[in-house]
Amino acid sequence: MARTLSQKIWDDHVVRSPAGEPDLLYIDLHLCHEVTSPQAFDGLRLAGRQVRRPDLTLATEDHNTPTLDILAPIADPVSRLQVDTLRRNAAEFGLRLHSLGDKDQGVVHVVSPQLGLTQPGMTIVCGDSHTSTHGAFGALAFGIGTSEVEHVLATQTLPQARPQTMAVTITGQPPQEVTAKDIVLSLIARVGTGGGAGYVAEYRGDTIERLSMESRMTICNMSIEWGARAGLVAPDQTTFDYLQGRPHAPGGEDWEAALAYWSTLRTDPGAVFDREVVIDASQLTPFVTWGTNPGQGVGLNQTVPDPASFADPVERAAAERALVYMDLEPGTPMRQIAVDTVFLGSCTNGRIEDLRLAASVLAGRQVAPGLRLLVVPGSARVRLQAAREGLDRVFQAAGAEWREAGCSMCLGMNPDTLGPGQRSASTSNRNFEGRQGKGSRTHLVSPAVAAATAVVGRLATPSDLSS
Amino acid sequence: MEKFETHTGVGVPLRRSNVDTDQIIPAVYLKRVTRTGFEDGLFSSWRSDPAFILNQPPYDRGSVLVAGPDFGTGSSREHAVWALQDYGFKAVVSPRFGDIFKGNAGKAGLLTAQVAEPEVEAIWRALEDRPGLEITVDLAARRLSLGADSHAFEIDDYTRHRLLNGLDDISLTLSHQEEIAAFEATRPSFKPTCQPIRTAD
Repeated sequence: MARTLSQKIWDDHVVRSPAGEPDLLYIDLHLCHEVTSPQAFDGLRLAGRQVRRPDLTLATEDHNTPTLDILAPIADPVSRLQVDTLRRNAAEFGLRLHSLGDKDQGVVHVVSPQLGLTQPGMTIVCGDSHTSTHGAFGALAFGIGTSEVEHVLATQTLPQARPQTMAVTITGQPPQEVTAKDIVLSLIARVGTGGGAGYVAEYRGDTIERLSMESRMTICNMSIEWGARAGLVAPDQTTFDYLQGRPHAPGGEDWEAALAYWSTLRTDPGAVFDREVVIDASQLTPFVTWGTNPGQGVGLNQTVPDPASFADPVERAAAERALVYMDLEPGTPMRQIAVDTVFLGSCTNGRIEDLRLAASVLAGRQVAPGLRLLVVPGSARVRLQAAREGLDRVFQAAGAEWREAGCSMCLGMNPDTLGPGQRSASTSNRNFEGRQGKGSRTHLVSPAVAAATAVVGRLATPSDLSS
Repeated sequence: MEKFETHTGVGVPLRRSNVDTDQIIPAVYLKRVTRTGFEDGLFSSWRSDPAFILNQPPYDRGSVLVAGPDFGTGSSREHAVWALQDYGFKAVVSPRFGDIFKGNAGKAGLLTAQVAEPEVEAIWRALEDRPGLEITVDLAARRLSLGADSHAFEIDDYTRHRLLNGLDDISLTLSHQEEIAAFEATRPSFKPTCQPIRTAD
């Protein structure tokens, strides 16, 4: 029977499939970080259990870590205890951990691909919803909770109900200035934050095929923001070229065997998806959010919507609440919205391609007076690469703060936060109330819009700078 | 895990959609390494408003939360489930849940009852008209009842079975170790391992 890509990967990982129960799936790679793992390790200790496959487990420190003075003891004792706990757990259970100061430290979803550990056809989980990022390689990758983290540590498997499948077909040449981030923000506005609940989505079509691996990661990363269990892209030559020569990519005969398998990882002709969404990328524009969930977005050339324009009463009420929280008036042009802070980074847009794009906009320009621009590479290696290319000097000459790698201002649990009422343009993935600090207001944007906004002081695209 | 058969407690109408897990418990409360004590972070931003529903007796002693669609979207933090449980909630009712939240709730023993949107509206009105009205959640019958009203709810068969019997997933899976080992023996050699460690330099 013709199968979709995600069905093939699923079938290849079923350990057992008893009637009336979820399938038991084998997990090829388990990524861990300090926030969602301590209670899982405690659970193992209480039950006297071991980690079944330490060699299939990778840990980094990223969420609860500072991006300044990273080798000094972490100032907040509660944060320090959590990071120290991960270090102790990694040592006790024999896990590979990349700590602050290590060249392979960084946001776990940036680190695993750059090490070549993320490969097509794998099952990958992590106690983090943005695990969907790894779907860009044609892997089935999804976020799990701490109980499931413990389950994977103990058994290297997970009981999972087989999801439904959805095709997200994106075709056409996007206009200049439209990036992967604009594509995915447009998609979320179209389908809503719950539009993908229960589905694994496959992004396909000529637009996706032309995207770089890093751009594909940006799109797959935000699958969870429209509710999808996972999102993936069929591996192709772009994928293989990215992987070849990376530290953990297969070598020699294994490379040939892997290529042969990876080349089978595409949806069969005639396979039927449970649902399909089609997007014409040629009609897209730079896209930003105005509200407090990632589905509340509009084109940057549009205005803040009037809640009365929403037919659905639930959406209308959500819009009313969001505008109060965001302190915005309906009808305000998005370009008139001034921000205090611009955050460039995160597992969504903290890779080298994102930094290059932002630096190309900032070169020879200055950050607007009084505005704070925080540039946080997604990993220590991205930071080193950026420095080799001189991007660090471009950012600093423009007046940006050039930080160490981590999740930083994507979520308000490390020192990088917004104060109450402060407003950011952020290349991260969530604009929830308080996400970047209590009372913070977030507009999600692409790296190009982030850089232009930093110069203008109001939401802007690079083309606004030349005019 | 404790068995869940039926529960009766005060219903709390939370008239909001898209209650993401950052609202349920902000990231700043996730620093603890213990499994308990997360009730202080529950809806912490909203609870600073005296008008918030959980600051209104008798709703403050509620144990069945009734929310709008897309409850528990966003971050995978199981702390969101723990915070609800630590506060005293035994069940959450919503027309639609975030997938990861729903999974986490099932593992931790918090019941997620899916009820159609118009029925949630009817339950909200009943709870607002009669503050302190108790809801009885009958998992075996998949029914909620409050006053004279009764509503069917959805929950997947397997989660229901596990909750009714208080089954621990890990023990169940470990009883199939031979099958896991047999599967592992078939994994191709080109699949990567994290150890021995390789780096770019």
